Amino acid sequence: MHRKNVVIVVAVLAALGLLWMVGCGGGETTTTTAAPTTETTAVATTDTTAPAGPSGDPILIGAVVSATGPASPLGEPERAVLAMMETQINDAGGVLGRPVQIIIEDDQSNPKEAVTATQKLIQQDKVVALIGCTTSGATLAIKPITAEAGIPQLAMAASNAITDEPPMDWIWRTPQKDALAAARALKYVAETLGVTKIAVLHDENAFGASGAAEIAKSAPGLGLEIVATESYKTDDTDVTAQLTKIKGANPEALIVWGTNPGPAVAAKNMKQLGMEIPYIGSHGIANKAFIDLAGDAAEGVVFPAGKLLAVESITDPAQKAVVSQFVAAFEAATGGKPNTFAGHAFDASALLVNAINTAQSTDAAAIQSALNATTGFPGTGGIFNYSSTDHDGLSVDDMIMIKIEGGAWVWAK
Amino acid sequence: MSFDQFLQYIVSGITNGSIYALTALGFTLIYNATDIINFAQGEFVMLGGLTAVSLHRLGLPLPVAFCGAVLIVMLVGIIFELLAIRPLLKASVLAQIIVTIGASLAFRTFAMIFWGRDSLPLPAFSGETPIKIFGARMTPQSLWVMGLTLVIVVALQLFYRRTLAGKAVRACSVNPEAARLMGISYSRVVLISFAVSAAISAAGGVLITPSSFMGYGSGAMIGLKGFAAAILGGLGSPIGAVLGGLALGVLESLAVGVVSAGYKDAVAFLILLAVLFVRPQGLMGQRPVEKV
Amino acid sequence: MNGGRLLTFARRHSAFAMFAVVALGAPIFLNNAYYLSVLAFTATRLMISLGLNLLMGQAGQISLGHAAFVGIGAYGSAIMTTRWHMDPWLAMALAACIAAFAAVIIGIPTLKLKGHYLALATLGVGEIVFILLVQTKSLTNGTDGLTGIPALAVGGLRFTQYNPRAFHLLVWGVALVMLLISLNLSDSRVGRSLKGLHRSEVAARSLGVDTAFHKVQIFVVSAVFASIAGSFYAYYVQYISPDSFTLTFSVLLVTGVVIGGLGSVWGAVWGTLLVALLPEYLRQYDDYTNLVFGILVIVIMIFLPTGMIGVPALLGKWRRGIRGGGRPGSGAAMTEGTGAADGGTV
Repeated sequence: MHRKNVVIVVAVLAALGLLWMVGCGGGETTTTTAAPTTETTAVATTDTTAPAGPSGDPILIGAVVSATGPASPLGEPERAVLAMMETQINDAGGVLGRPVQIIIEDDQSNPKEAVTATQKLIQQDKVVALIGCTTSGATLAIKPITAEAGIPQLAMAASNAITDEPPMDWIWRTPQKDALAAARALKYVAETLGVTKIAVLHDENAFGASGAAEIAKSAPGLGLEIVATESYKTDDTDVTAQLTKIKGANPEALIVWGTNPGPAVAAKNMKQLGMEIPYIGSHGIANKAFIDLAGDAAEGVVFPAGKLLAVESITDPAQKAVVSQFVAAFEAATGGKPNTFAGHAFDASALLVNAINTAQSTDAAAIQSALNATTGFPGTGGIFNYSSTDHDGLSVDDMIMIKIEGGAWVWAK
Repeated sequence: MSFDQFLQYIVSGITNGSIYALTALGFTLIYNATDIINFAQGEFVMLGGLTAVSLHRLGLPLPVAFCGAVLIVMLVGIIFELLAIRPLLKASVLAQIIVTIGASLAFRTFAMIFWGRDSLPLPAFSGETPIKIFGARMTPQSLWVMGLTLVIVVALQLFYRRTLAGKAVRACSVNPEAARLMGISYSRVVLISFAVSAAISAAGGVLITPSSFMGYGSGAMIGLKGFAAAILGGLGSPIGAVLGGLALGVLESLAVGVVSAGYKDAVAFLILLAVLFVRPQGLMGQRPVEKV
Repeated sequence: MNGGRLLTFARRHSAFAMFAVVALGAPIFLNNAYYLSVLAFTATRLMISLGLNLLMGQAGQISLGHAAFVGIGAYGSAIMTTRWHMDPWLAMALAACIAAFAAVIIGIPTLKLKGHYLALATLGVGEIVFILLVQTKSLTNGTDGLTGIPALAVGGLRFTQYNPRAFHLLVWGVALVMLLISLNLSDSRVGRSLKGLHRSEVAARSLGVDTAFHKVQIFVVSAVFASIAGSFYAYYVQYISPDSFTLTFSVLLVTGVVIGGLGSVWGAVWGTLLVALLPEYLRQYDDYTNLVFGILVIVIMIFLPTGMIGVPALLGKWRRGIRGGGRPGSGAAMTEGTGAADGGTV
């Protein structure tokens, strides 16, 4: 019986090996026959999206965002902005005289799905560049693919590893990286609050863990002592136990690093337990949902964020103009105020379009050098200065501290 | 660990445990009638909370929003039973369980599309001034959750032991064939179980929304903990479900104090496994008689 | 071996051979890394399902924690290659050994439990492994995940995403070998005693079958299958994070096996193909993907309570309905016949 099976498998494998070799030639024909189909659809899209102005084949840009799943509160505004940008760019005459088409794929907040989506965008849609992803995990998962394919990728996630670890020749980042945000928050704690003993409560997801690691790294340098570090799961509905433990360590301030709803639960629980110490959040709560959820408990919470949240804090006139325009356009398109995640998507598309215009080409290498040569580019997150070694572009000065007062964001100078 | 801290861990544990207990009661009800583990149980909790948020936003006062949400989700439970469970009553239990898995996915995605991705809040039922119990503090909202759990478990116990319908449910659970011969309508028992179970979970969902908010994905974790609590207590026993829920909540809370928050679920599950290895039928369950 | 059995065997082999030709030949027609990538993930999914099917269908033991063994395979391989610079193949084998060892340790107490208690116990094990993956940061790098995992290679031939045809042949080749093992196991003496287990443990025991030993044995086999699948996953994506090994994944695996048809090896194959490929097809519905998928799962179970292997019976029923009665018993005969041609139904 066994021998029979083995014989069959070997025979099948041998037959396939043969077929495969023959098939390599056949494969080419498949691509050529497939090509006209893509062209027809492309022309059709051109007709609908850009009735006047730009003409010719659209420039295809891929995007991978977390439109569904746990990270969707961040990914959804990103998707809205990318759709908005496509219209805006084409209304303004497109890029290089051609219309732009941004193909948006959903990774369901799952790195594996991001990999499949990226393969589709690169292999099937043949995009010239890629924006993504929403989460650090997905971004790290697809980084090797864009690097191997030599496709520029603009990440919207914050983890340090995205631009600190190889391969990093093909990836640039638009958000402030974790290290920057943590440094800004700690600076506020040490200098403005003037305390020395702090506690950290962080989400166990990539965002929270990375933030906590950065805080642990930089705190001693600022003379801060971390007396307690606790964590919670993203979907935990109560953190009183963690806060009780933290309270026992007598910190003078609490840093909470996570995205909604965890930090809002923490704010409410602190009030319940009668903890009066200052609450310092992360840039992960830079959206109105935090204020809606925490209600009164949100009052007095301070967190680091890009200047987008307090336009009056922007000193650079060019950046002020860009941000005001973006805020107006976003309100017109969606009816709501943009948060920093929406800003990341805006910056990513604006930087990319700028690079293609500068390069006067959609050639990957040309876009790469144009991105590396980008300096003084005003975006919502700050003034971007990329170079061949710095793919982060932003500095600590691009972040400000925001305080919640009367249910609104106020610049905490 | 100081005494005040210890007390706070216990109070926090009981608060969370009540939610697990409520969900476990929902599991127990359906299991008693059908042997089904309803994977959509957590989704009933989520739907309850979010429906109440919507009703309240329409301007309805909280008590009306509460009742409305419970009724609407009960209706969802009934429709779900009629459409998806009833056609499978004669098929294997596993097929029915897979249907509840499909339903949980569908409910969750529907909620994401309908209510959006962000978690939503609801005002507290009776203010947010914490109640002090020696050194520990709890919100008035937790009293509501605990009160409801107590009411429901007493009501269920009375229902199972004292009423004809309750005895019918128990009869179905022991032997559906014999129950049918006695003139009990099995399909009606299943329908009622789904309706009541959905209503209980929805009520729990509304009550926890003011303190822990509700998002489209919140049901998954609550469902998981509820399932664990129901098994720990010994599937099928309402008192066991409550004990299981409270035990799980307190275990988690103490694990934060003694070990670390990162390992709290691991500690809780380890103890749960240990209990199962010693008492394979759960805390309050009866040893099953094996059919030959 | 009597004539009937011989016939079944011949049919099974022809079914297997046909499936193998299609599976391995797919790259000839799909000159597109995206499709091949989807198929590669499907192959790893199939490996896990085959093991799970042995456990659930043959031994009647449910596992809601199989993502844990996939995680052990993926993380074992990733840690041994990136941190200790071990050869990827060796790491894969060692990870499988670790998974087997874990299965023995977990299986001996756990498999004594029954029904839903067993489901919870396996779920608990899955959660604990997940938490360990998140918490033991010095080894696993926590939720950030592990990057820079090397690819499998033989000499100069690297099996990566950029050489999708080679990877396809490798991963489907292994999946097919596992399929053969499953087919043989389900028909061997062990398999028959396992099915006895499924029907009545007491009966099997009284016939002298060492039920406890067999259960653990099959648990180990399924853990090894899952671990190997996890290793392939890690070497293919070259990045892993705990997100890929959640309870949701375990539940989806079980769903695939049941939708296909519990107790049938081919059922597990069709179910896995459906559960892995359908969401990819439904991608076009954006946000509605999982809504449609969830409803489809319900609809399939309602019309095919025994899973996809029940299709012939359903078709037979319909045909009989059209003919207005038809030959008595033709439906049953059809199920038997087509099921045997499919290879797995017994």
